[in-house]
Amino acid sequence: MFFLQQCLIGLTNGALVALVALGYTMVYGIIGLINFAHGDLIMLGACLALTLVGALGIAAGGGAATWAGVAALVLLCGLFCGGLNVAVDRIVYKPLRNAPKLAPLVSAIGVSFIFMNAGLFWLGPADRSFPDLVPSTNLLAHDGLQFTLKDLLVVLVVVPLMVGLSLLVRTTRLGKAMRAVSQDPVAAALVGVDVDRVIAATFFIGGFLGGAASVIYGLYINTIGFQMGFQNGLYAFTAAVLGGIGSIPGAVLGGLVIGLVRALSSAYVGERWTGAIVFAILIVILVFRPEGLLGRRTREKV
Amino acid sequence: MAAPPPSAAPLPPRPAGVGGWLASRWELVALVLLAAAPLCIPALGGALGGQVTTLFIYCILALALNVMVGYTGLVHLGIASFFGIGAYCLAILTVPMYPFRIGFLPAAVVAVLVTAGTGLALGAPTLRLRGDYLAIVTLGFGEVAKVTLRNLEQITGGMKGLNPVPPPGAGVTVAGLDLGKAFAIDPRWFYYLSLLSLAGVVLAMRRLETSRLGRALVAVREDELAAQAMGISATRVKLSAFAMSSAVAGLAGCLYAASLSTTADPNAYDFNRSIMVLCAVILGGLGSIPGTILGVAILVGFDTVLAPWADSWIQQMNINPSGSSALSFSGWRLAIFGLALVFVMRYRPEGLIPSRRLAAELHEEGP
Repeated sequence: MFFLQQCLIGLTNGALVALVALGYTMVYGIIGLINFAHGDLIMLGACLALTLVGALGIAAGGGAATWAGVAALVLLCGLFCGGLNVAVDRIVYKPLRNAPKLAPLVSAIGVSFIFMNAGLFWLGPADRSFPDLVPSTNLLAHDGLQFTLKDLLVVLVVVPLMVGLSLLVRTTRLGKAMRAVSQDPVAAALVGVDVDRVIAATFFIGGFLGGAASVIYGLYINTIGFQMGFQNGLYAFTAAVLGGIGSIPGAVLGGLVIGLVRALSSAYVGERWTGAIVFAILIVILVFRPEGLLGRRTREKV
Repeated sequence: MAAPPPSAAPLPPRPAGVGGWLASRWELVALVLLAAAPLCIPALGGALGGQVTTLFIYCILALALNVMVGYTGLVHLGIASFFGIGAYCLAILTVPMYPFRIGFLPAAVVAVLVTAGTGLALGAPTLRLRGDYLAIVTLGFGEVAKVTLRNLEQITGGMKGLNPVPPPGAGVTVAGLDLGKAFAIDPRWFYYLSLLSLAGVVLAMRRLETSRLGRALVAVREDELAAQAMGISATRVKLSAFAMSSAVAGLAGCLYAASLSTTADPNAYDFNRSIMVLCAVILGGLGSIPGTILGVAILVGFDTVLAPWADSWIQQMNINPSGSSALSFSGWRLAIFGLALVFVMRYRPEGLIPSRRLAAELHEEGP
């Protein structure tokens, strides 16, 4: 029963990780950039969520008012993070499209510093507690096993977003253009795809998912701080790599696996080793199967 | 296709003749000035001496990273973990709580060998990874190393670190002078030790740049496939870069632990330090020895000179009576570093004092 409980915790956490991982994998898939600033973007989203909870006066408790408030938070923070991501792409990464790969990577580290500083001013140096809007009432009529309202919240936000994303990528014109650009930007441009717009759309969607994740993170974990971006970003990036970077189902699978690994290693090995175990897995995956669980093997082009 | 870019032609790393002679003469002048400084500036016998020593040690660390990022073009985000492994190795072999107590010099040799070996062990399986994946592996390694150092409390002392690390030459008496005591009392001894090490590392790097291996490193950076086609074994070259970089970082770690007489806690060797060293190398100029040293000087200068000065100025002018961090200069530290990275990458990717070869490569247009 304990094992089952840990798995449940792991999967819920993993859904959250997956949402962040999607932002990494989409951007990497389309312009080959490890967006170091993504974790800190989510931290800024959480800052906005905290401010909005106060400003909008969202009621706690779990009634209809709470759910409407949470939906508004997800939407607003998503738009904020998406817009910010697009702006950063326009200002920082776009001029470096043809530069050697080191340049955008280092710039992304720089952007992550700037975000972190903004978060420091926004939140202050200490961790802040996020209001517990959704209570953790157990939904299962079982004493040993818990699936709370909070867990349900994660599922309720994450699953529709993921389904929507895969429909978008698979069926719409924009999705087709995104797949085309990620395969070959030059050829896509030749057949009339507006590459810059597609890249901007990708940044927006990745940022939107990150913004949604930031709200869920605040409501679920209940503690946010200006340094939360780095570690959470790394976990999510590990998930993206594990699933095969550039692959959307891969990011979801990777997120769930990372969530499980974290929950199980916290339960059976010890909380303080969790970070080391996750990153050791990252290294092992990269060494033995760099294309990830669901990724395609790509050959280096001359 | 366009004509081959100018960087395709082999550039000598340093202009031959008068220019090259001048460059090395300036380095000699700098060395003589730095060596004479403690004799003329009494403040170097106090806290300032310790700060300058730390500056030299960071220069060594940055030069170590430069072998990877600058010469070989491999992005390394975990250099601080090798710095830490060096420091902890030295400490384990010298602190009184362990039975080894083999003294600074043998311990430093062992520590450098251990870090080089660790570098090889990390490098060997990860070499076939593409650039950005390698960056992530080194980052992950850095985190694993930090967590391990923190959690193996029985060996590393956990958050307390290991101390006291005895000074070099403890118990050795030369001409009636107890070396260990001299090191412990007068920071100028450590000043000279780290200056000497830095000079040695700079000299070794200069030799490396013009050596067969050094040119192979650059060839692999510029075009791995072409380099392999010319008969260079990219694997061996990259492994050598890993080993050299780790070894030099380990040396810096030894000096660091010895000069502080403690390893400090494992958080001193985390991602932040790696990234700050990387900032220094990028800001100063990838692949450029004077650039790297200037970069470190700017970053350390920012933290120890400019920021405290600006903060106290703001306080004197009474601009910030409420003490909010947004109105203090040091509150903007991260944003300033971040902006510096973004601007350098956008407008001057070759850094402040560029290496000529790399400048040509970075300004080349192309996919």
